[in-house]
Parts: sequence; structure tokens; C-alpha cells
Amino acid sequence: MDKTIPTLEKAISEIPDGAQIMIGGFGGSGAPIELIHALIDRFRATGSPKNVTVINNNAGNGFIGIAAMIKAGMVGKMICSFPRSSNAEAFNEKYLAGDIELELVPQGTLAERIRAAGAGIPAFYTPSSFGTELANGKPTEEFEGKSYVREHWLKADFALIKGQEGDTVGNLTYRLAGRNFNPLMAMAADKTIAQVSVLGAAGTINPEQVITPGIFVDAVVEVSNPQQEEVLVRTGEVH
Amino acid sequence: MTDFNISDVALSNAQIAWRAAQDIEDGSYVNLGIGFPEMIAKFQPDGRDVTYHTENGVLGFGKAPLEGEEDWDLINAGKKAITLNPGASYFHHADSFAMVRGGHLDLAVLGAYQIAQNGDLANWRIGSKGVPAVGGAMDLVHGAKRVAVVTDHVTKDGKPKLVESCTFPLTGVGCVTRVYTSLAVIDIAGSKFVLKEKLPAVTLTQLQSVTGATLHIDGEVADLTVPEDL
Repeated sequence: MDKTIPTLEKAISEIPDGAQIMIGGFGGSGAPIELIHALIDRFRATGSPKNVTVINNNAGNGFIGIAAMIKAGMVGKMICSFPRSSNAEAFNEKYLAGDIELELVPQGTLAERIRAAGAGIPAFYTPSSFGTELANGKPTEEFEGKSYVREHWLKADFALIKGQEGDTVGNLTYRLAGRNFNPLMAMAADKTIAQVSVLGAAGTINPEQVITPGIFVDAVVEVSNPQQEEVLVRTGEVH
Repeated sequence: MTDFNISDVALSNAQIAWRAAQDIEDGSYVNLGIGFPEMIAKFQPDGRDVTYHTENGVLGFGKAPLEGEEDWDLINAGKKAITLNPGASYFHHADSFAMVRGGHLDLAVLGAYQIAQNGDLANWRIGSKGVPAVGGAMDLVHGAKRVAVVTDHVTKDGKPKLVESCTFPLTGVGCVTRVYTSLAVIDIAGSKFVLKEKLPAVTLTQLQSVTGATLHIDGEVADLTVPEDL
């Protein structure tokens, strides 16, 4: 079983209009910039995929990555916990103009909804957001004297994630705090596409070190020396 | 509306952070909210071994790296570059929030727009305008053994931040256990504000006049004293 894909273009070529896409990373840490940029390039060249929904903790910074996707006009909806961060003008402008939809989800609930989808759990109860406007319309229940809100799993058609080491069967490791949402999203999407900084044959990653087992990964593309989103934002890079 | 000038006596943010830091116990696991609460780590008393958690998936982080030595894959929830202390670990977001909601943290400290006498907290948005953003605040108020707030006692235009009930959108219901303000240390118990410490320069009447709900006294009210040169 060889899951490697030779190019970024090929790796993202099947993502259709209207797709729900999870994108890993937290800020610039663990963000699959090259996969995102390949998707933007395809949209600019072909007009597709358009009207996609993006699931990420944030809503992009600067003029690269998810911010560039939004600026390019290919995103119809964001599902995230913290869209209002520094250099988030791309999202802010569209949101305030009513040109992009937002589903705001508490960060821990976002993570657990994604995990639940990957684990086959359609709903769960969490204390987070109980009694707040983000729980409006959601069923609640009391357990051992405390109130909880029912939340649903969050699935995706595709996940774009970033690993450090990958092998041909899709096993992944992550670099430093770049793990964040990546392993969860790998589990929750119909098709998970991973860019890895180092690609090896099966057996090159010690099984004890594997963080995401290959069963959760459908495609692996090698991007040696990947760009770091935070560095691109700080240098004002534009994609 | 008050017979004293708060700015003459109020503690600085650093002094409030210093006071909050004195209550961090040896051996505890602590999450400090982005912004003002982060300052508390600077004043951690010597000899106490404290492990700091950050929501994006790191336990045991230490000081900021020197400028130019940042690795932007190693950041905290405020997206600032960090370094690790010996014994640190990485984990994914679901495990990170399991540590929060699952009752594994000893202390979470947050900022506040308003705190109600029953422990309700409003700290994520002021009205319905602009771009809403919640991050991990609604999770962090649940699960930690103690949920504390550091804040000025009043808003910039002098309105009480400690109130009978919050008028801003809530972050969590009945979640705050202690409030460190620029004038006092106040516990929340039995849906009441219970005054534990106040600045010696402020009378009880003056403190009550800038507090939006009744301050209850249960036992001794100690002097709130902090180093002056912070």
C-alpha cells in the first residue's frame, strides 16, 4: 500500500466545490501552508473549488494560508473558535460585509466535536458554553448536579494536515506543538491529505513514535523545508 | 459618585498578578489566560514547582525564548513563542481540553469584563457588534479546581466590574471562585462576594461604593499588601 502522491497539485486535485475542509494547525504551528497554497492556485486557475467551508481554530492571518483563501473568495463559511486575531483583516472584512458565514465554537468543543466524528460518536455532553449564547437552541442535561450542553460530531470531506515525518503507509509524527488539531482532523475526514517534511519507506518511523497511525491518512505528499506561516505573516508575504 | 479617587490607591496589573501568584501552590498544574493573567508566572514565588498548561497542547512550558531564537512551531495559546522546562510534553487538542474539563488542572486564571456575585463570568465579548471570538475561555472556566480572575476593580470609566448579575454575554455560569482586583481579594461562596482582603488605604464603605453587589464579611478581612516596586 503506497499512499504517497508525487505533487501538491495532484494531492488536492479531487477537492470539489462546496467541500467541507478541515485544515490543521494552530496559528502558524503545524499549518499545512503548501497544501493550502496549492488549493488556492487551483482555484485561481480553474475557479474551483469554490464556496468551501473551512474548519480551523482561527480564520487566517496576513495574506497567506487561510487568509489568502478567504481573500481569493473561495471560502463561504468558517467554523472556528477565534477568528478575531491580529492581522485577520481578510476574514474581518468579509464577515463585517456579510460575505462569509461564521460558526463560532469554543476551542475545546471544536476539538472534541472533531475527535467524536473520528471516533464514531455522534453527540456528547460538555459543560462548556452552558448558560451562554453559544448554547442557544442546544439540548442540555444535568449530570450529578451540574448542567451540560449536547454537541454534535463535526465531520469533513477532506482534511489538510501537516506532519513532520511520514511514511508510505501514512504513519505520521508531528513537530513540537505543531500536533494540535492535526491528529484529530486526520481521523474525522473522509479523505485526509498530509504534507510531511520527511517522507520515508514503511518501517522508517519507530512504531512507538507514531502519533497518527496510517489508517487515518489517505494521501501523503512530501514538502521538504516547508514554510512557516508565522514567519510569512511577519514578513508580510502575499500568496 | 465615589468619595475617593481609585487611581490614587489602586494596584497596578503587576501588583495584582503578584498577589495572585502568592496563592499558586507548590506542585500545581496551572493555566494562565492570554494577556494579563500570563503575567502571574513572572511572580511565581521561589521554591514552588509549578507546571504551566497551554491549550494548544503543551504542558511544562517556561520562559519566552530570546529574540531571534523563536521556533514558531513552539508557541502558546496566545501564539507567543515559548521554551520548555524539563519534563514538558506535547499532546493534541482533545487531550489538552480533557486536562481542562476533566478536572486535572488545579488552577485557571482569566481576565474579566464582569463577574457576578454567583460566580458568573463575562469575558469574551462586550456586545453583539464586531467579530466574535471565544477561543478556549468557555472551556477554561470548567474543570479546574479553582477558577480565579485578575482584574481592575472598576472599568476605565469607573463602573463596577463586580456586579449582581452580568449584563455582558456570559462566558460561564457560576464558575469563578476567587477574584483578585486592584483594591481587594474577594471569594465567591454561596452566591455571595465574600471580602477576604482589602487595601488598608480603602475603607469598607469606599470599597462597597465601587462594587456593584453587596460585599459580605465572613471572618477577618486581612490587609492586602504587595511590593511597591513592581
